[in-house]
Amino acid sequence: MKLTYLTVAATLVAGSAFAAEVGPKEVKYNDDTAIEMSLTGVAGDPEKGAVIMATKSKGNCVACHEISALSAAFQGNVGPMLDGAGDRWSVGELRGLVVNAKMMFEGSVMPSFYQVDGFTRPGNAYTGKAGQEPLAPLLSAQEIEDVVAFLATLKDE
Amino acid sequence: MKFKALTVAALTVAMPVMALAGPDDDKLVINGEIEIVTKAAAPAHMEETGIDTVMSGWHFRADETQALEMDDFDNPGMIFVDQAIDAWNMAEGSEGKSCASCHDDPSSMAGVRAVYPKWNEAAGEVRTLAMQVNDCRVNKMGADKWKYAGGDMASMEALISVQSRGMPVNVATDGPVKAVWEQGKELYYTRTGQLDLSCASCHEQNYGNMIRADHLSQGQINGFPTYRLKNAKLNTVHARFKGCIRDTRAETYSPGSAEFVALELYVASRGNGLSVEGPSVRN
Ligand code: HEC
Ligand code: HEC
Repeated sequence: MKLTYLTVAATLVAGSAFAAEVGPKEVKYNDDTAIEMSLTGVAGDPEKGAVIMATKSKGNCVACHEISALSAAFQGNVGPMLDGAGDRWSVGELRGLVVNAKMMFEGSVMPSFYQVDGFTRPGNAYTGKAGQEPLAPLLSAQEIEDVVAFLATLKDE
Repeated sequence: MKFKALTVAALTVAMPVMALAGPDDDKLVINGEIEIVTKAAAPAHMEETGIDTVMSGWHFRADETQALEMDDFDNPGMIFVDQAIDAWNMAEGSEGKSCASCHDDPSSMAGVRAVYPKWNEAAGEVRTLAMQVNDCRVNKMGADKWKYAGGDMASMEALISVQSRGMPVNVATDGPVKAVWEQGKELYYTRTGQLDLSCASCHEQNYGNMIRADHLSQGQINGFPTYRLKNAKLNTVHARFKGCIRDTRAETYSPGSAEFVALELYVASRGNGLSVEGPSVRN
Protein backbone atom coordinates (compact mmCIF):
# COMPACT_ATOMS: atom_id res chain seq x y z
CA MET A 1 0.00 0.00 0.00
CA LYS A 2 2.49 2.49 1.22
CA LEU A 3 4.95 1.42 -1.47
CA THR A 4 2.48 1.96 -4.28
CA TYR A 5 1.68 5.40 -2.99
CA LEU A 6 5.36 6.33 -2.86
CA THR A 7 6.01 5.00 -6.36
CA VAL A 8 3.17 7.09 -7.77
CA ALA A 9 4.44 10.17 -6.00
CA ALA A 10 7.97 9.54 -7.24
CA THR A 11 6.76 9.13 -10.81
CA LEU A 12 4.88 12.41 -10.59
CA VAL A 13 7.94 14.27 -9.35
CA ALA A 14 10.22 12.67 -11.92
CA GLY A 15 7.64 13.34 -14.62
CA SER A 16 7.39 17.03 -13.90
CA ALA A 17 11.17 17.44 -13.66
CA PHE A 18 11.47 15.75 -16.99
CA ALA A 19 8.93 17.96 -18.69
CA ALA A 20 10.88 21.11 -17.87
CA GLU A 21 14.09 19.65 -19.27
CA VAL A 22 15.35 20.04 -22.81
CA GLY A 23 16.13 16.47 -23.91
CA PRO A 24 19.22 15.47 -25.94
CA LYS A 25 17.12 15.32 -29.11
CA GLU A 26 15.48 18.71 -28.52
CA VAL A 27 18.44 21.04 -28.07
CA LYS A 28 18.35 23.99 -30.46
CA TYR A 29 21.49 25.66 -31.70
CA ASN A 30 21.61 29.30 -32.75
CA ASP A 31 23.87 29.83 -35.73
CA ASP A 32 25.09 26.22 -35.22
CA THR A 33 27.26 27.14 -32.25
CA ALA A 34 25.36 28.44 -29.24
CA ILE A 35 22.51 27.06 -27.16
CA GLU A 36 20.97 30.11 -25.55
CA MET A 37 18.31 28.38 -23.47
CA SER A 38 19.15 26.63 -20.22
CA LEU A 39 18.60 22.88 -20.49
CA THR A 40 16.76 22.82 -17.17
CA GLY A 41 15.68 26.32 -16.22
CA VAL A 42 17.56 25.79 -12.95
CA ALA A 43 20.68 27.93 -12.55
CA GLY A 44 23.89 25.90 -12.67
CA ASP A 45 26.04 25.54 -9.54
CA PRO A 46 29.66 26.38 -10.41
CA GLU A 47 31.05 24.49 -7.42
CA LYS A 48 29.34 21.30 -8.51
CA GLY A 49 30.52 22.00 -12.05
CA ALA A 50 34.14 22.13 -10.89
CA VAL A 51 33.76 18.74 -9.22
CA ILE A 52 32.12 17.21 -12.29
CA MET A 53 34.94 18.45 -14.52
CA ALA A 54 37.62 16.88 -12.34
CA THR A 55 35.80 13.58 -11.69
CA LYS A 56 36.86 10.67 -13.87
CA SER A 57 33.43 9.02 -13.94
CA LYS A 58 31.72 12.34 -14.77
CA GLY A 59 33.05 15.00 -17.14
CA ASN A 60 36.72 14.03 -16.78
CA CYS A 61 37.46 17.24 -18.69
CA VAL A 62 40.89 17.37 -17.04
CA ALA A 63 41.84 14.27 -19.07
CA CYS A 64 42.27 16.64 -22.00
CA HIS A 65 42.27 20.18 -20.56
CA GLU A 66 44.34 22.09 -18.05
CA ILE A 67 42.37 24.36 -15.73
CA SER A 68 44.43 26.28 -13.17
CA ALA A 69 41.42 26.75 -10.89
CA LEU A 70 41.12 22.99 -10.40
CA SER A 71 43.54 21.13 -8.17
CA ALA A 72 43.11 17.76 -9.92
CA ALA A 73 46.43 16.00 -10.54
CA PHE A 74 47.54 15.03 -14.06
CA GLN A 75 45.64 17.47 -16.23
CA GLY A 76 46.03 16.61 -19.90
CA ASN A 77 46.79 18.77 -22.93
CA VAL A 78 44.93 17.13 -25.81
CA GLY A 79 42.67 20.20 -25.82
CA PRO A 80 43.47 23.85 -25.14
CA MET A 81 43.90 25.23 -21.63
CA LEU A 82 40.53 26.44 -20.36
CA ASP A 83 41.72 29.40 -18.30
CA GLY A 84 39.89 32.42 -19.65
CA ALA A 85 37.22 30.33 -21.39
CA GLY A 86 34.59 32.56 -19.78
CA ASP A 87 36.09 35.57 -21.58
CA ARG A 88 36.41 33.83 -24.92
CA TRP A 89 32.90 32.39 -25.10
CA SER A 90 29.37 33.46 -24.19
CA VAL A 91 27.33 31.24 -21.85
CA GLY A 92 25.33 30.02 -24.86
CA GLU A 93 28.51 29.09 -26.70
CA LEU A 94 29.91 27.28 -23.65
CA ARG A 95 26.67 25.30 -23.39
CA GLY A 96 26.92 24.49 -27.09
CA LEU A 97 30.54 23.34 -26.66
CA VAL A 98 29.79 20.96 -23.82
CA VAL A 99 26.64 19.56 -25.45
CA ASN A 100 28.36 18.91 -28.79
CA ALA A 101 31.74 20.51 -29.47
CA LYS A 102 31.64 19.25 -33.07
CA MET A 103 29.06 21.94 -33.87
CA MET A 104 31.72 24.58 -33.23
CA PHE A 105 34.83 22.57 -34.07
CA GLU A 106 34.20 20.29 -37.00
CA GLY A 107 35.75 16.86 -36.45
CA SER A 108 36.82 17.62 -32.87
CA VAL A 109 38.07 14.78 -30.69
CA MET A 110 36.13 16.29 -27.78
CA PRO A 111 33.24 13.94 -26.91
CA SER A 112 29.63 15.15 -27.09
CA PHE A 113 28.38 15.12 -23.53
CA TYR A 114 24.65 15.22 -24.29
CA GLN A 115 24.38 12.77 -27.17
CA VAL A 116 22.48 9.49 -26.88
CA ASP A 117 22.52 7.87 -30.31
CA GLY A 118 24.10 7.84 -33.74
CA PHE A 119 27.33 6.20 -32.50
CA THR A 120 29.43 3.57 -34.28
CA ARG A 121 29.57 0.40 -32.17
CA PRO A 122 28.07 2.01 -29.08
CA GLY A 123 29.19 0.24 -25.92
CA ASN A 124 27.79 -0.31 -22.46
CA ALA A 125 29.97 2.26 -20.68
CA TYR A 126 33.53 0.90 -20.28
CA THR A 127 32.66 -2.80 -20.34
CA GLY A 128 33.58 -3.35 -24.00
CA LYS A 129 30.17 -4.98 -24.43
CA ALA A 130 27.46 -3.72 -26.78
CA GLY A 131 25.23 -0.91 -25.52
CA GLN A 132 21.67 -0.22 -26.51
CA GLU A 133 20.89 3.18 -28.01
CA PRO A 134 19.64 5.54 -26.80
CA LEU A 135 22.51 5.51 -24.28
CA ALA A 136 22.39 7.68 -21.18
CA PRO A 137 24.17 10.94 -22.03
CA LEU A 138 27.67 11.34 -20.51
CA LEU A 139 26.32 14.20 -18.40
CA SER A 140 22.75 14.99 -17.33
CA ALA A 141 21.10 18.28 -18.28
CA GLN A 142 21.69 19.75 -14.82
CA GLU A 143 25.30 18.54 -14.74
CA ILE A 144 25.86 20.37 -18.02
CA GLU A 145 24.34 23.54 -16.54
CA ASP A 146 26.68 23.17 -13.54
CA VAL A 147 29.72 22.76 -15.82
CA VAL A 148 28.69 25.75 -17.93
CA ALA A 149 28.25 27.84 -14.78
CA PHE A 150 31.80 26.94 -13.72
CA LEU A 151 33.29 27.60 -17.17
CA ALA A 152 31.66 31.05 -17.14
CA THR A 153 33.69 31.89 -14.00
CA LEU A 154 37.01 31.20 -15.80
CA LYS A 155 37.97 34.81 -16.54
CA ASP A 156 41.42 36.32 -16.82
CA GLU A 157 41.64 39.10 -14.29
CA MET B 1 30.75 30.59 -37.27
CA LYS B 2 32.36 27.16 -37.53
CA PHE B 3 35.99 26.28 -36.97
CA LYS B 4 38.02 23.39 -38.20
CA ALA B 5 39.17 21.34 -35.24
CA LEU B 6 42.07 23.17 -33.61
CA THR B 7 43.97 19.94 -33.31
CA VAL B 8 44.90 20.08 -36.98
CA ALA B 9 46.52 23.48 -36.62
CA ALA B 10 47.83 22.62 -33.18
CA LEU B 11 49.66 19.59 -34.55
CA THR B 12 52.28 21.64 -36.36
CA VAL B 13 52.77 23.70 -33.22
CA ALA B 14 52.85 20.64 -30.98
CA MET B 15 55.47 18.72 -32.94
CA PRO B 16 58.62 20.64 -32.05
CA VAL B 17 57.50 20.88 -28.43
CA MET B 18 56.97 17.16 -28.38
CA ALA B 19 60.40 16.54 -29.83
CA LEU B 20 61.80 18.42 -26.86
CA ALA B 21 59.59 16.53 -24.40
CA GLY B 22 60.44 13.19 -26.01
CA PRO B 23 63.83 11.84 -24.91
CA ASP B 24 65.52 12.56 -28.22
CA ASP B 25 69.02 11.51 -27.27
CA ASP B 26 67.96 8.38 -25.41
CA LYS B 27 69.13 5.29 -27.22
CA LEU B 28 67.87 1.79 -26.68
CA VAL B 29 70.65 -0.79 -26.62
CA ILE B 30 69.68 -4.08 -25.00
CA ASN B 31 72.29 -5.98 -22.96
CA GLY B 32 74.87 -3.52 -24.19
CA GLU B 33 74.81 -5.15 -27.63
CA ILE B 34 71.47 -5.24 -29.44
CA GLU B 35 70.86 -1.84 -31.00
CA ILE B 36 67.19 -1.08 -31.36
CA VAL B 37 65.99 1.39 -33.98
CA THR B 38 63.34 3.30 -32.03
CA LYS B 39 62.91 6.14 -34.53
CA ALA B 40 62.76 5.68 -38.27
CA ALA B 41 61.63 7.52 -41.37
CA ALA B 42 57.90 6.91 -41.75
CA PRO B 43 57.02 4.36 -44.43
CA ALA B 44 55.84 5.83 -47.75
CA HIS B 45 52.20 4.84 -47.20
CA MET B 46 52.04 7.27 -44.25
CA GLU B 47 52.79 10.31 -46.34
CA GLU B 48 49.22 11.61 -46.12
CA THR B 49 49.38 11.55 -42.30
CA GLY B 50 52.01 14.29 -42.11
CA ILE B 51 54.04 12.08 -39.75
CA ASP B 52 57.61 11.85 -41.00
CA THR B 53 59.15 9.88 -38.14
CA VAL B 54 57.74 6.75 -36.58
CA MET B 55 58.67 6.08 -32.98
CA SER B 56 58.59 3.19 -30.62
CA GLY B 57 56.38 3.54 -27.56
CA TRP B 58 59.62 3.21 -25.56
CA HIS B 59 60.31 6.92 -26.17
CA PHE B 60 57.13 7.93 -24.38
CA ARG B 61 57.80 6.11 -21.15
CA ALA B 62 59.54 7.37 -18.04
CA ASP B 63 63.29 6.83 -17.65
CA GLU B 64 62.82 4.13 -15.00
CA THR B 65 60.45 2.17 -17.24
CA GLN B 66 62.79 2.61 -20.19
CA ALA B 67 65.71 1.28 -18.16
CA LEU B 68 63.91 -2.01 -17.45
CA GLU B 69 64.12 -2.84 -21.12
CA MET B 70 67.85 -2.24 -21.46
CA ASP B 71 68.95 -5.40 -19.71
CA ASP B 72 67.26 -8.78 -19.96
CA PHE B 73 67.91 -9.40 -16.27
CA ASP B 74 65.73 -6.39 -15.46
CA ASN B 75 63.07 -7.09 -18.07
CA PRO B 76 60.22 -8.97 -16.34
CA GLY B 77 59.02 -10.13 -19.76
CA MET B 78 62.05 -12.41 -20.05
CA ILE B 79 60.68 -14.74 -17.37
CA PHE B 80 57.93 -15.64 -19.82
CA VAL B 81 60.47 -16.22 -22.56
CA ASP B 82 62.10 -18.84 -20.32
CA GLN B 83 58.73 -20.48 -19.71
CA ALA B 84 58.10 -20.58 -23.45
CA ILE B 85 61.39 -22.44 -24.01
CA ASP B 86 59.96 -25.26 -21.91
CA ALA B 87 56.77 -25.20 -23.96
CA TRP B 88 58.84 -25.17 -27.15
CA ASN B 89 60.50 -28.44 -26.19
CA MET B 90 57.45 -30.19 -24.77
CA ALA B 91 55.74 -32.80 -26.94
CA GLU B 92 51.97 -32.38 -26.85
CA GLY B 93 48.99 -33.75 -28.74
CA SER B 94 48.23 -36.89 -30.72
CA GLU B 95 51.36 -36.69 -32.91
CA GLY B 96 53.77 -36.70 -29.98
CA LYS B 97 55.58 -33.66 -31.33
CA SER B 98 56.90 -30.42 -29.92
CA CYS B 99 57.80 -27.19 -31.72
CA ALA B 100 61.41 -28.40 -31.54
CA SER B 101 60.52 -31.57 -33.48
CA CYS B 102 59.99 -29.47 -36.60
CA HIS B 103 61.90 -26.26 -35.91
CA ASP B 104 64.95 -27.37 -33.87
CA ASP B 105 66.20 -24.50 -31.77
CA PRO B 106 64.11 -21.35 -31.21
CA SER B 107 66.89 -19.45 -32.99
CA SER B 108 65.48 -20.91 -36.22
CA MET B 109 62.74 -18.29 -35.76
CA ALA B 110 65.10 -15.36 -36.44
CA GLY B 111 63.38 -12.94 -38.80
CA VAL B 112 59.91 -14.41 -38.37
CA ARG B 113 58.37 -11.80 -36.02
CA ALA B 114 59.51 -9.01 -38.34
CA VAL B 115 57.28 -10.04 -41.26
CA TYR B 116 54.07 -11.02 -39.46
CA PRO B 117 51.14 -10.70 -40.09
CA LYS B 118 51.77 -12.19 -43.51
CA TRP B 119 50.02 -13.95 -46.36
CA ASN B 120 49.72 -17.71 -46.19
CA GLU B 121 49.35 -18.97 -49.72
CA ALA B 122 48.14 -22.49 -48.90
CA ALA B 123 45.42 -21.21 -46.56
CA GLY B 124 44.64 -18.18 -48.71
CA GLU B 125 44.58 -15.89 -45.68
CA VAL B 126 46.53 -13.27 -43.77
CA ARG B 127 48.00 -14.92 -40.69
CA THR B 128 49.17 -13.42 -37.47
CA LEU B 129 51.92 -15.13 -35.50
CA ALA B 130 49.30 -16.41 -33.05
CA MET B 131 47.24 -17.92 -35.88
CA GLN B 132 50.36 -19.66 -37.21
CA VAL B 133 51.27 -21.03 -33.78
CA ASN B 134 47.77 -22.42 -33.36
CA ASP B 135 47.84 -23.86 -36.86
CA CYS B 136 51.00 -25.79 -35.95
CA ARG B 137 49.46 -26.94 -32.70
CA VAL B 138 46.28 -28.24 -34.29
CA ASN B 139 47.50 -29.53 -37.66
CA LYS B 140 51.08 -30.60 -36.96
CA MET B 141 50.93 -31.64 -33.31
CA GLY B 142 47.32 -32.71 -32.93
CA ALA B 143 47.16 -30.55 -29.81
CA ASP B 144 44.54 -28.07 -28.59
CA LYS B 145 44.62 -24.46 -29.68
CA TRP B 146 45.90 -21.97 -27.19
CA LYS B 147 43.63 -19.11 -26.19
CA TYR B 148 44.33 -16.35 -28.71
CA ALA B 149 45.46 -13.67 -26.26
CA GLY B 150 46.17 -15.96 -23.30
CA GLY B 151 49.34 -16.44 -21.30
CA ASP B 152 50.73 -19.45 -23.23
CA MET B 153 50.38 -17.61 -26.50
CA ALA B 154 51.82 -14.35 -25.19
CA SER B 155 54.87 -16.19 -23.83
CA MET B 156 55.46 -18.09 -27.08
CA GLU B 157 55.16 -14.85 -29.05
CA ALA B 158 57.76 -13.33 -26.74
CA LEU B 159 60.15 -16.23 -27.36
CA ILE B 160 59.69 -15.90 -31.11
CA SER B 161 60.02 -12.13 -30.98
CA VAL B 162 63.30 -12.27 -29.05
CA GLN B 163 64.91 -14.13 -31.95
CA SER B 164 64.33 -11.08 -34.17
CA ARG B 165 65.20 -8.27 -31.79
CA GLY B 166 66.97 -5.49 -33.64
CA MET B 167 65.72 -6.57 -37.07
CA PRO B 168 63.51 -4.08 -38.92
CA VAL B 169 59.77 -4.66 -39.00
CA ASN B 170 58.90 -5.26 -42.62
CA VAL B 171 55.33 -6.41 -43.20
CA ALA B 172 53.80 -6.43 -46.68
CA THR B 173 51.06 -3.93 -47.47
CA ASP B 174 50.54 -4.93 -51.07
CA GLY B 175 49.87 -7.94 -53.26
CA PRO B 176 47.56 -10.55 -51.73
CA VAL B 177 47.36 -8.74 -48.36
CA LYS B 178 46.22 -5.46 -49.92
CA ALA B 179 42.47 -5.86 -49.25
CA VAL B 180 43.02 -6.84 -45.62
CA TRP B 181 45.49 -3.98 -45.15
CA GLU B 182 42.88 -1.55 -46.52
CA GLN B 183 40.31 -2.96 -44.11
CA GLY B 184 42.74 -2.43 -41.25
CA LYS B 185 43.36 1.13 -42.33
CA GLU B 186 39.64 1.81 -42.43
CA LEU B 187 39.29 0.46 -38.89
CA TYR B 188 42.20 2.62 -37.71
CA TYR B 189 40.37 5.76 -38.79
CA THR B 190 36.85 4.74 -37.71
CA ARG B 191 35.63 6.68 -34.69
CA THR B 192 33.85 4.38 -32.28
CA GLY B 193 31.86 4.38 -29.10
CA GLN B 194 30.14 7.07 -27.11
CA LEU B 195 33.40 9.04 -26.92
CA ASP B 196 33.60 8.85 -30.73
CA LEU B 197 37.37 8.38 -30.98
CA SER B 198 39.49 6.46 -33.48
CA CYS B 199 43.01 5.09 -33.11
CA ALA B 200 44.10 8.13 -35.09
CA SER B 201 42.38 10.55 -32.66
CA CYS B 202 44.84 9.53 -29.98
CA HIS B 203 47.88 8.00 -31.68
CA GLU B 204 48.12 10.07 -34.86
CA GLN B 205 46.67 13.47 -33.92
CA ASN B 206 47.76 13.54 -30.31
CA TYR B 207 50.89 11.48 -29.73
CA GLY B 208 53.25 13.37 -27.47
CA ASN B 209 50.29 14.94 -25.63
CA MET B 210 49.07 13.93 -22.20
CA ILE B 211 45.66 12.36 -21.76
CA ARG B 212 45.30 12.58 -18.01
CA ALA B 213 48.39 10.77 -16.64
CA ASP B 214 49.16 8.96 -19.89
CA HIS B 215 51.79 10.19 -22.32
CA LEU B 216 50.26 9.27 -25.68
CA SER B 217 52.56 7.33 -28.00
CA GLN B 218 52.06 6.50 -31.65
CA GLY B 219 50.53 3.17 -30.61
CA GLN B 220 53.21 1.15 -32.38
CA ILE B 221 53.31 -2.63 -31.98
CA ASN B 222 56.98 -3.36 -32.74
CA GLY B 223 57.50 -3.96 -29.00
CA PHE B 224 54.82 -6.61 -28.53
CA PRO B 225 54.17 -8.67 -26.61
CA THR B 226 54.68 -6.08 -23.94
CA TYR B 227 55.14 -6.53 -20.21
CA ARG B 228 52.96 -3.94 -18.47
CA LEU B 229 53.78 -2.83 -14.96
CA LYS B 230 50.08 -2.06 -14.58
CA ASN B 231 48.91 -5.68 -14.81
CA ALA B 232 52.26 -7.43 -14.26
CA LYS B 233 51.99 -9.76 -17.23
CA LEU B 234 52.70 -10.02 -20.93
CA ASN B 235 50.06 -8.34 -23.08
CA THR B 236 49.28 -9.28 -26.66
CA VAL B 237 48.54 -6.88 -29.49
CA HIS B 238 44.88 -7.84 -29.68
CA ALA B 239 44.39 -7.45 -25.94
CA ARG B 240 45.80 -3.92 -26.22
CA PHE B 241 43.54 -3.09 -29.16
CA LYS B 242 40.60 -4.35 -27.17
CA GLY B 243 41.50 -2.15 -24.20
CA CYS B 244 41.88 0.95 -26.32
CA ILE B 245 38.53 0.45 -28.08
CA ARG B 246 36.83 -0.29 -24.77
CA ASP B 247 38.14 3.05 -23.56
CA THR B 248 36.11 4.81 -26.26
CA ARG B 249 32.99 3.35 -24.61
CA ALA B 250 32.48 1.11 -27.62
CA GLU B 251 31.64 -2.51 -28.23
CA THR B 252 35.07 -4.06 -28.90
CA TYR B 253 36.06 -6.76 -31.36
CA SER B 254 37.40 -10.06 -30.04
CA PRO B 255 41.05 -11.10 -30.00
CA GLY B 256 41.66 -13.19 -33.11
CA SER B 257 38.72 -11.68 -35.01
CA ALA B 258 39.11 -10.85 -38.70
CA GLU B 259 38.85 -7.15 -37.78
CA PHE B 260 41.74 -7.29 -35.32
CA VAL B 261 43.88 -9.34 -37.73
CA ALA B 262 43.36 -6.61 -40.34
CA LEU B 263 44.03 -3.84 -37.81
CA GLU B 264 47.19 -5.61 -36.66
CA LEU B 265 48.51 -5.81 -40.21
CA TYR B 266 47.84 -2.11 -40.78
CA VAL B 267 49.27 -0.95 -37.44
CA ALA B 268 52.34 -3.19 -37.91
CA SER B 269 52.91 -1.55 -41.30
CA ARG B 270 52.97 1.88 -39.66
CA GLY B 271 56.02 0.59 -37.81
CA ASN B 272 57.90 -0.72 -40.84
CA GLY B 273 61.51 0.31 -40.30
CA LEU B 274 61.42 0.21 -36.49
CA SER B 275 63.23 -2.70 -34.84
CA VAL B 276 61.45 -5.69 -33.42
CA GLU B 277 61.69 -4.93 -29.71
CA GLY B 278 59.51 -7.46 -27.88
CA PRO B 279 59.08 -8.30 -25.18
CA SER B 280 59.07 -4.61 -24.30
CA VAL B 281 58.28 -2.99 -20.96
CA ARG B 282 55.54 -0.39 -20.61
CA ASN B 283 53.48 1.01 -17.77
C1 HEC C 1 39.12 13.77 -25.50
C2 HEC C 1 39.51 15.13 -25.26
C3 HEC C 1 38.57 16.14 -24.64
C4 HEC C 1 37.73 16.03 -23.54
C5 HEC C 1 37.50 14.81 -22.67
C6 HEC C 1 37.13 17.32 -23.35
N1 HEC C 1 37.57 18.18 -24.30
FE1 HEC C 1 37.08 20.19 -24.48
N2 HEC C 1 38.20 20.34 -26.17
C7 HEC C 1 39.01 19.35 -26.70
C8 HEC C 1 39.69 19.86 -27.86
C9 HEC C 1 40.68 19.10 -28.72
C10 HEC C 1 39.25 21.20 -28.03
C11 HEC C 1 39.66 22.22 -29.10
C12 HEC C 1 38.71 22.16 -30.26
C13 HEC C 1 39.23 21.22 -31.29
O1 HEC C 1 40.30 21.46 -31.85
O2 HEC C 1 38.61 20.19 -31.53
C14 HEC C 1 38.32 21.47 -26.94
C15 HEC C 1 37.71 22.70 -26.73
C16 HEC C 1 37.01 23.05 -25.59
C17 HEC C 1 36.54 24.39 -25.26
C18 HEC C 1 36.85 25.66 -26.06
C19 HEC C 1 38.31 25.93 -25.82
C20 HEC C 1 38.68 27.39 -25.64
O3 HEC C 1 39.36 27.90 -26.49
O4 HEC C 1 38.28 27.98 -24.63
C21 HEC C 1 35.88 24.31 -24.07
C22 HEC C 1 35.22 25.44 -23.32
C23 HEC C 1 35.92 22.91 -23.66
N3 HEC C 1 36.62 22.18 -24.60
C24 HEC C 1 35.35 22.42 -22.49
C25 HEC C 1 35.35 21.08 -22.10
C26 HEC C 1 34.64 20.56 -20.97
C27 HEC C 1 33.84 21.40 -20.01
C28 HEC C 1 34.83 19.21 -20.95
C29 HEC C 1 34.25 18.17 -20.03
C30 HEC C 1 32.88 18.23 -19.68
C31 HEC C 1 35.73 18.90 -22.05
N4 HEC C 1 36.01 20.05 -22.73
C32 HEC C 1 36.21 17.62 -22.34
C33 HEC C 1 39.15 18.06 -26.20
C34 HEC C 1 38.46 17.51 -25.11
C1 HEC D 1 41.19 7.55 -25.83
C2 HEC D 1 42.51 7.48 -26.37
C3 HEC D 1 42.96 6.26 -27.15
C4 HEC D 1 42.39 5.68 -28.25
C5 HEC D 1 41.13 6.10 -28.99
C6 HEC D 1 43.25 4.58 -28.63
N1 HEC D 1 44.29 4.47 -27.75
FE1 HEC D 1 45.87 3.18 -27.88
N2 HEC D 1 46.61 3.92 -26.13
C7 HEC D 1 46.08 4.98 -25.40
C8 HEC D 1 46.89 5.21 -24.24
C9 HEC D 1 46.64 6.28 -23.17
C10 HEC D 1 47.95 4.28 -24.28
C11 HEC D 1 49.12 4.11 -23.29
C12 HEC D 1 50.18 5.13 -23.61
C13 HEC D 1 50.72 4.95 -24.99
O1 HEC D 1 51.54 4.06 -25.24
O2 HEC D 1 50.28 5.70 -25.89
C14 HEC D 1 47.74 3.50 -25.50
C15 HEC D 1 48.61 2.47 -25.93
C16 HEC D 1 48.48 1.79 -27.13
C17 HEC D 1 49.43 0.80 -27.60
C18 HEC D 1 50.68 0.33 -26.86
C19 HEC D 1 51.89 1.04 -27.37
C20 HEC D 1 53.16 0.53 -26.73
O3 HEC D 1 54.22 1.07 -27.06
O4 HEC D 1 53.11 -0.36 -25.91
C21 HEC D 1 48.97 0.38 -28.81
C22 HEC D 1 49.61 -0.67 -29.71
C23 HEC D 1 47.74 1.10 -29.10
N3 HEC D 1 47.48 1.94 -28.05
C24 HEC D 1 46.99 0.95 -30.25
C25 HEC D 1 45.73 1.56 -30.45
C26 HEC D 1 44.86 1.25 -31.56
C27 HEC D 1 45.19 0.31 -32.70
C28 HEC D 1 43.72 1.99 -31.37
C29 HEC D 1 42.43 1.95 -32.14
C30 HEC D 1 41.78 0.69 -32.27
C31 HEC D 1 43.92 2.78 -30.19
N4 HEC D 1 45.13 2.48 -29.64
C32 HEC D 1 43.01 3.73 -29.70
C33 HEC D 1 44.95 5.70 -25.73
C34 HEC D 1 44.13 5.47 -26.82
